[in-house]
Amino acid sequence: MSFVPGQPMCVVAQQIEIKKLRQGDHLILGFSIGGGIDQDPGQNPFSEDKTDKGIYVTRITPGGPAEAANLMMGDKILQVNGWDMTMVPHDKARKRLTNKKEDVVRLLVTRKTLEEAVKHSMGYPNQCH
Amino acid sequence: MDTESTYSGYSYYSGRSRGSHRHGERSRDRHKVRSKDSRSEKSVTINTPPAEPLLGDSVVRGEQVQDDNWGETTTAITGTSEHSLSQEDIVRITKDLEDSVGLDCRRYFTLTLAVILGLLVFLTPIAFLVLPHLLWPEKLQSCGTACEGLFISVAFKLLILLLAVWALFFRPPRAGLPRVFLFRALLAVLVLLFVVSYWLFYGVRILDSQDDNYQGIVQYAVSLVDALLFIHYLAIVLLELRQLQPCFSLCVTRSTDGETKHYNLGQLSIQRAALAIIEHYYCDFPVHNPALLSASKSRAAKHLAGLKVYNVDGPGNNAAAGLAHSQSRAMIAAAARRRDSSHNELYYEEAEHERRVRKRKARLVVAVEEAFTHIKRMQEEEQKKAPSDVMDPREAAQAIFPSMARALQKYLRTTKQQHCHSMESIQQHLAFCITNNMTPKAFLESYLNPGPTLQYSRDHWLARQWTLISEAAVTSSLKDGTIFLLKCVDFSLVVTCKKIPYIQMSEEYIDPKSHKFVLRLQSETSV
Repeated sequence: MSFVPGQPMCVVAQQIEIKKLRQGDHLILGFSIGGGIDQDPGQNPFSEDKTDKGIYVTRITPGGPAEAANLMMGDKILQVNGWDMTMVPHDKARKRLTNKKEDVVRLLVTRKTLEEAVKHSMGYPNQCH
Repeated sequence: MDTESTYSGYSYYSGRSRGSHRHGERSRDRHKVRSKDSRSEKSVTINTPPAEPLLGDSVVRGEQVQDDNWGETTTAITGTSEHSLSQEDIVRITKDLEDSVGLDCRRYFTLTLAVILGLLVFLTPIAFLVLPHLLWPEKLQSCGTACEGLFISVAFKLLILLLAVWALFFRPPRAGLPRVFLFRALLAVLVLLFVVSYWLFYGVRILDSQDDNYQGIVQYAVSLVDALLFIHYLAIVLLELRQLQPCFSLCVTRSTDGETKHYNLGQLSIQRAALAIIEHYYCDFPVHNPALLSASKSRAAKHLAGLKVYNVDGPGNNAAAGLAHSQSRAMIAAAARRRDSSHNELYYEEAEHERRVRKRKARLVVAVEEAFTHIKRMQEEEQKKAPSDVMDPREAAQAIFPSMARALQKYLRTTKQQHCHSMESIQQHLAFCITNNMTPKAFLESYLNPGPTLQYSRDHWLARQWTLISEAAVTSSLKDGTIFLLKCVDFSLVVTCKKIPYIQMSEEYIDPKSHKFVLRLQSETSV
């Protein structure tokens, strides 16, 4: 998942749609994010490349909408409803996710296991021969 | 003083009657009697040593069986009284005489040469000035003002030269080196050539032609003295200044116990470097104690004794070297395979020894502290009031010494230092400490830690018995990788030389305004 800023990135991504849950006055998604271009990338436990300043999922509330939508801890969020999440400050990312006017967020996430799964499924027919 | 003691003054040296008086032979029941008393026992008898081992106690080489259950024996190592010479002393004196006669010949020879050269140098300008007046006084121009001013200049420059030469050269010689001191010899030759050439010129151009320009002659003499002062400056630079800047790092290791120290020296010849090392040795290295090496020697002997190699092939004619080679290899292989428990013994022995040393040290410290409380310094006013029962430091030391003598002797014997300190030296040290108001701890310092060699008596110095062993010529200068040995009677110092590297330093400028910091953030927000 390492990338050079400014260069096109090639990853295997997954689309996840989460319906927001209404709890009192708030609409919650059920997960926590960490990272951002104004944060310290070295302290991110989930990133492979410690200079990666992207937004990562750091915690999933059990039984929440994110868990139901198969979002996993450690996922890197690439887009939220079309908005880019790879080069945003932490607060901007929070705001994009907690827009009161939207009921549903469509996330583009990536994780390492996706790549491995794809490689495995592509390589499998070859191994059969 | 409630310490009753049967020891007093110099009578310790004489007569074994005291020895047989109360505590006769060394036996176990005396040990029992002693153990009944507490450690602050009130009566101590010091036995004189039997006359037979005059060389016995003082020669510590040779195995000594330490029996700590001896009675009160002394550490009187000299074995002689102050008033008689032993055989050992006579041998020592004749040896000293022989050594000093040999060295003195060479020293006197160089001294006379130096004196002759010095006289020649000093009298030459004066001769230059005086000879025209003696030989052709009527032809000589009279000396004007400028010329007489030059007389003063010559006089003062000669005085300065005299003082400078005295300061640089006329010092008591520190050492006798094996070869001639190269720089001094070169300088002497230079001065000689210089003076001879001046005389030649003077003889040919002035004496022969009987020059009447006296001012010129005086200026000639002044130029000679100036040039001599410059030669003296050269001498200072060559002899003193050149070796001040450190160039080499010398690693000095004592061969017997591995004591290592490092010194920085400048560019010196090997013999001068060796002299500097020996002088540092006397100040820095703890004194050489052969008694401490006996343990490792006995272990080594046990290793060798455990194996026997038999030659089953008979006295064959195969090369003897090959046979011996295979023999030793067989021994080494067998030793490696043998399950040896000597490391175990060493470990427990060392632990036991350390425990014993610490116990004895504790007893010693307490005994000395208690002994010191028995005397008190008298103030000035009291001195006038109570003239009786007043002691000088020596008597005070003798009075309190018996109560700590046994503890001290036992401690010295446990740490195998008993041959370094004689009874007389201990008492002298005690008197010295009492005079200077030192605490018991200060008094004990020289016995608890082995000090540098100079701290001990002269016969430990062995200052006349150093040999320099070197593959390179001893007047050649030090180089990187020079190795030489300084052999003394029992041990040798191995000296290796390494050049101090050439250091290339670069600079980096830091703008004081460039020190800026940011916070390391790591927020986690739940959405």
